[in-house]
Amino acid sequence: MLIIPCPHCGPRPENEFRYSGEAHVVRPADPETLDDAALAELLYMRSNPKGRHAERWRHIHGCGWFFNCIRDTVTDRIERTYPAGTAP
Amino acid sequence: MRFRTADGGRIDRTRTLNFSFDGRALTGHPGDTLASALLANGIHLMGRSFKYHRPRGLLAAGIEEPNALVHVDRGGGRDAPNLRATQVELYEGLNATSQNRYPSLALDVGEAARLFSRFLPAGFYYKTFMWPASFWKRLYEPVIRAAAGLGRAPVLPDPDRYLHRYAHCEVLVIGAGAAGLAAARDAAVTGARVILCDEQNEMGGGLLSEPAATIDGQPAAAWVAAVLADLDSRANVTLLPRATAFGWYPDNMIGVAERVTDHLATPDARVPRERMWQIRAREVVIATGAHERPLVFPDNDRPGIMLAGAARLFLNRHGVRPGARAVIATACDSAYAAALDLHAAGVAIALIADLRANPVGPAIDAARAAGITVRTGTSITGSTGHLRVTGALIGTEWVACDCILMSGGWTPSLHMHAQSRGKLRFDAATANFLPVAMAGQRSTGACAGMFDLATILPGHAVSGIITPDGGHAGLVPGAKPKRAFVDFQNDVTAKDLLLATQEGFRSIEHVKRYTTTGMATDQGKTSNINALAIVAGELGNTIPEVGLTTYRPPYSPVTFGTIAGASRGALFDPERRAPMHDQAVALGARFEDVGPWKRAWYFPGPGEDLHAAVARECRAVRGSVGIFDASTLGKIEVVGADAAEFLNRLYTNAWTKLGVGRCRYGLMLSEAGFVMDDGVVGRIAEDRFHVTTTTGGAPRVLNHMEDYLQTEFPDLRVWLTSATEQWAVIAVQGPGARDLIAPFVEGIDLAPAAFPHMSVREGTICGVPTRLFRVSFTGELGFEINVPADFGPAVWEALMGTGVPTPYGTEAMHVLRAEKGYIIVGQETDGTVTPDDLGLSGMIAKSKKDFVGKRALRRPDLVVPNRKQLVGLLTEDPAVVLEEGAQIVADPAQPIPMRMIGHVTSSYASPTLGRSIAMALVEGGRGRMGKLLYVPMPGHTIAVRVVEPVFHDKAGARLDG
Amino acid sequence: MKFSLRTLFTQGLSGHTGWGPQWRTPEPKPEYDAIIVGGGGHGLATAYYLAAEHGVRNVAVLEKGWLGGGNTGRNTTIIRSNYLWDESAAIYEHAVKLWEGLSQELNYNVMYSPRGVMMLAHTIHDVQVFKRHVHANRLNGIDNEWLTPGEAREFCPPLNISANVRYPILGAALQRRGGTARHDAVAWGYARGASARGVDIIQNCEVTGINRDAAGAVTGVETSRGTIRSRKIGVVAAGHTSVLMGMAGVRMPLESYPLQALVSEPVKPVFPCVVMSNTIHAYISQSDKGELVIGAGTDAYTSYSQAGGLHIAAHTLDAICEMFPMFRRMRMLRNWGGIVDVTPDRSPIIGKTPVPGLFVNCGWGTGGFKATPGSGHVFAATIARDDPHPIAAPFTLERFRTGRLIDEAAAAAVAH
Ligand SMILES: Cc1cc2nc3c(=O)[nH]c(=O)nc-3n(C[C@H](O)[C@H](O)[C@H](O)COP(=O)(O)OP(=O)(O)OC[C@H]3O[C@@H](n4cnc5c(N)ncnc54)[C@H](O)[C@@H]3O)c2cc1C
Ligand SMILES: [Zn+2]
Repeated sequence: MLIIPCPHCGPRPENEFRYSGEAHVVRPADPETLDDAALAELLYMRSNPKGRHAERWRHIHGCGWFFNCIRDTVTDRIERTYPAGTAP
Repeated sequence: MRFRTADGGRIDRTRTLNFSFDGRALTGHPGDTLASALLANGIHLMGRSFKYHRPRGLLAAGIEEPNALVHVDRGGGRDAPNLRATQVELYEGLNATSQNRYPSLALDVGEAARLFSRFLPAGFYYKTFMWPASFWKRLYEPVIRAAAGLGRAPVLPDPDRYLHRYAHCEVLVIGAGAAGLAAARDAAVTGARVILCDEQNEMGGGLLSEPAATIDGQPAAAWVAAVLADLDSRANVTLLPRATAFGWYPDNMIGVAERVTDHLATPDARVPRERMWQIRAREVVIATGAHERPLVFPDNDRPGIMLAGAARLFLNRHGVRPGARAVIATACDSAYAAALDLHAAGVAIALIADLRANPVGPAIDAARAAGITVRTGTSITGSTGHLRVTGALIGTEWVACDCILMSGGWTPSLHMHAQSRGKLRFDAATANFLPVAMAGQRSTGACAGMFDLATILPGHAVSGIITPDGGHAGLVPGAKPKRAFVDFQNDVTAKDLLLATQEGFRSIEHVKRYTTTGMATDQGKTSNINALAIVAGELGNTIPEVGLTTYRPPYSPVTFGTIAGASRGALFDPERRAPMHDQAVALGARFEDVGPWKRAWYFPGPGEDLHAAVARECRAVRGSVGIFDASTLGKIEVVGADAAEFLNRLYTNAWTKLGVGRCRYGLMLSEAGFVMDDGVVGRIAEDRFHVTTTTGGAPRVLNHMEDYLQTEFPDLRVWLTSATEQWAVIAVQGPGARDLIAPFVEGIDLAPAAFPHMSVREGTICGVPTRLFRVSFTGELGFEINVPADFGPAVWEALMGTGVPTPYGTEAMHVLRAEKGYIIVGQETDGTVTPDDLGLSGMIAKSKKDFVGKRALRRPDLVVPNRKQLVGLLTEDPAVVLEEGAQIVADPAQPIPMRMIGHVTSSYASPTLGRSIAMALVEGGRGRMGKLLYVPMPGHTIAVRVVEPVFHDKAGARLDG
Repeated sequence: MKFSLRTLFTQGLSGHTGWGPQWRTPEPKPEYDAIIVGGGGHGLATAYYLAAEHGVRNVAVLEKGWLGGGNTGRNTTIIRSNYLWDESAAIYEHAVKLWEGLSQELNYNVMYSPRGVMMLAHTIHDVQVFKRHVHANRLNGIDNEWLTPGEAREFCPPLNISANVRYPILGAALQRRGGTARHDAVAWGYARGASARGVDIIQNCEVTGINRDAAGAVTGVETSRGTIRSRKIGVVAAGHTSVLMGMAGVRMPLESYPLQALVSEPVKPVFPCVVMSNTIHAYISQSDKGELVIGAGTDAYTSYSQAGGLHIAAHTLDAICEMFPMFRRMRMLRNWGGIVDVTPDRSPIIGKTPVPGLFVNCGWGTGGFKATPGSGHVFAATIARDDPHPIAAPFTLERFRTGRLIDEAAAAAVAH
């Protein structure tokens, strides 16, 4: 069980959180402009890196906020977390 | 107890305990383990090996014991297989039996395997049993399975309890030997929270079997007692004996299994049998010691052959002699300590055979001074005896003995360090892998390669202890590999390992898997380094080139129940109950599981089955009025200036123009364009919506909404609150619905014109504030009464008190909605269905530029003409009710595999129509209206006609009562 | 040397000195007709069928560690073919048919043990979903039968079919031809067969780059043991697929999660078949060695750490203890994790990629062991002919663009 530092509440055990997939996958303001390939990119394609991963978590059993997190997927060490909508 | 010494040891000779082994009545003392008590009675034969059923006695004295596995039965389902006799503490009435033998331990027919052993090398089963193919399942495999396995699994449910504890500390010390005690004390004096755990019943580790050792002038045991007393007196220290640290998990979380009652004759029923601690430690000090290695030589496994350190422990802690005449075979000084202690205790030491050409040092000198014969540069290369060793082959000479005590040196216990992903370095001088400390953890003592007590306890004066110098890994020089056991429990010999390398298995992981070395219940604690050395030697590689196999949790087997903890029965997965649950129980409801909820399924009257009850409930709704607990539906309060715009983006429908006090059925898609949820949404105020979701979908929908609100549309001023548990919801449905509730309602004009279908009003019912919805999931005039959850039962009872309404359950609700063709998300849909597939394209607001899932609906495969579409089905024979999930074909005569064009999603006997009805998803279904299709069942085919998926009151006239 | 009772006997008499290596340990050649990246079951099977059925023998299998050391050697070995959609049923059934003769085909006893796979229904929704499978399977010619609770207990006596438990058993779907096999033997058997047919199996050889020509077509790979040329590269790397495909600039619809399993100490036979309960997340069988083999879930987050949290294993043991309270005193002997590559629709991706000469076979997620022979068989054909095998054809990468998903997740929740 990881310890995840919520940017709003501080370090808490993983079971207070919900993993929410890769971060910075941008839904465009007007999705209608996407072609099918770009839509597939948005919906399905993921970088899935071995190493530093920018990902989203939600402190669902806490403050409720979604936030971003940089974690090394090899060691599972969390480098840092930062609020949703901010750059890594 | 012939082999008990007259005095000494840490047992209580004033009390005698009775126990039985294989039905034989025996005695021992408090402080004994089953192993020491058996030894005291002269019993060495304690088990049989896995493959060849070789007679086996104790190899070790602790957690690393591979041979002496027993079944302990306390009665009433309190029995457990494969327990190590060395860890089973003796208690009055202990009842243990040996395993893997028939008919008895001494006379085991399985031993016949010995005759074929030459045909059963490592991996033999991969090479044969292939012909004829059908024999594998019918003959070979059952025989192999019957032969495999060690003990027997319990057959009765385990009545004992298990609990979890969570703890945090600055320093967790694993292992309470000299190094661990010192580390714990050093941390404790700083005021840090310290937890010290040790797998043994007594803390002190190796010091407990060092009677001659002194620390700062006092006997080692007294030093241990003083340190423990000091630790125990401190509020910041927790001592956990009988607690094995078994696993290392991310961010320094250590799993520790504590055995609480197994050592007690009459456990307190209020106490759990075992406890699993999950300890978060800022720093972990690993002080887990070392395990002694056996020497690998032919027939090194006979009862009576044990590790020298184990014999010494039995003598010094339990006052037990391993035999009357011992041969000591060693490559390490520590065996000299055993020889000296045993010699002093009256055991004849036939000789010490030391592999090393020229061992020197105080241990050797002391042995010689005691008159013990020491032969250096001498290998042990064989043994004789059957149920007990009777002789050792030393060089070319057979030496009579009744026990052989061996030592190949000591292997640091690296398990916890390696599990923490700590790196290892190879120390060529000692041929040991050693841990490299890293952030958050360090190793100390023997597990860190520190074998000298003076190094472990700097600043203390120590004396009277022999440092275990020296060691040997791999086959003993001059010994043959045949029957030279490396992994005792799994019967893996040096010859098996050589065969594996010969067959091209070069990775140590391959060798392990091919031969099963290190995979037994002792997890290779005594075998891994010997195996590694043999393989490395054969491949011409160094030990570090070959490398270790991965250390996996647990360090030592952990009871399932301990890991599961209190999670059982009602606590396994707590039930969610609707507010009127007790009322439903009182009415005799049968319940169904819907996600975590218990929902009233139907309310059988006397003599009624499901079918009869549901038919009656349906008729009541259509004919007069029914009452239904709809509280499990998810409810989300969507509030804020931009609430309507938010719903515009989350649902396919348009919300801006929905008037206050009006409701609309909403359809929610995933971003991929598939139907995800549905529900009625009421507008309570300009800036306030009461959103309902499916029962199962509530948490998912709220999370989905929060996700978009927080990360995609953060500019919208909207707040979301789960209100599922705040509202009790009583659905009142049927032509008599208005008349039923009217007397109880205040502040709401119920007249049809004032309160039309799909509206919501606020007022009171039974004096309780309500949000009263006029909605219908049955096709009848209907209301859904929302009241604060705690008032639900009172309102329900007030309505029931009129004697008018008939309670109905989820099954009748399903039938009623199906008669009207209303879908259930999760039944008509499965995550692959679009609004158009359901015939609901009308619910997609054309005017909206964007909503979640809109773009995806234009993907090529989502617009192909032949998609599966929702239709109704009527069986040609109205009495036949289709099976839900049944598949539909156009041509029933085609051979298998058939081309399936759809499946039945819902199917019921409709009491209203007096016939069966069904809904289905069928390829191009809307284009097949009136056509006949077929549902092939085992042995017969059912003809069905495609119809509109609305079976009752197509015009909707009944909605107004 | 042919493996048989006879050779075992004669070798037994002569001290087993005659057994040679089961596969060669060659140095990599500078160039191959085809390179398979990943020496798991799927990769080795692909190489085997390339050589055995398509005459493509100048093949290398490049494995970064030891062959079979990935998910192949870590899985709970449940084999079944009773999948819902026609496309899935076809490929898994293709595999089961191959399993049935695999020991003989490879002359290696892979211990395919069709002891029956039973999936428990605990809710009405489960019943609906499983019956949908049973009917679809029947019309696809795949055995899968519906059992009442009583029948289920008869088939698996340890089952508790009492109505007074948290999640009573309402029935079960049973595939009698389903079962288990010995995972290591599958990898080793294919390796031995491939090696004997000329395939070079190169272990400790990590692919670190994929080389392409000006037109974008593959020309070979960079490895920890040097450059190796080939015009055809098949990536069969399970959890590491995204990393490898990234070397050729191809983004994948994959996420890699740790999936855990555990075994108990070995005991005498107590559990006759495979039981799966998706609702309460428990998968259990007993190996020929006597260990109870238990599948746990994935961790919540993507990871390449091959280890997961204790709470994941604990959650599974909760379920096992609840369903089989007599196993509560059994003990967990080993617990480990693998890295599974999960697609959005829980179906694999097999076939060509936008890069000429680059093929991929991945996305088997939590349930690809059962497909090993079938997957290797159709992938070999796809590589050899440069054209998708008909059974592989629906499993394109393209489907994520068109939306033509094969959504087994929607249909069944879990796909072990
Ligand atoms: C705990 C667990 C339980 C499971 N249970 C089941 C089950 O019961 N039934 C079932 O059907 N399936 C199950 N599975 C899934 C199944 O194991 C996999 O789907 C299947 O084994 C995948 O086989 P593979 O050959 O593709 O992958 P792997 O065996 O993982 O092989 C991929 C290989 O690629 C190698 N590799 C990766 N990167 C590189 C590189 N850069 N260079 C060279 N080599 C590389 C890896 O080392 C690895 O050996 C389970 C999986 C796990 C982890
Ligand atoms: Zn928070």
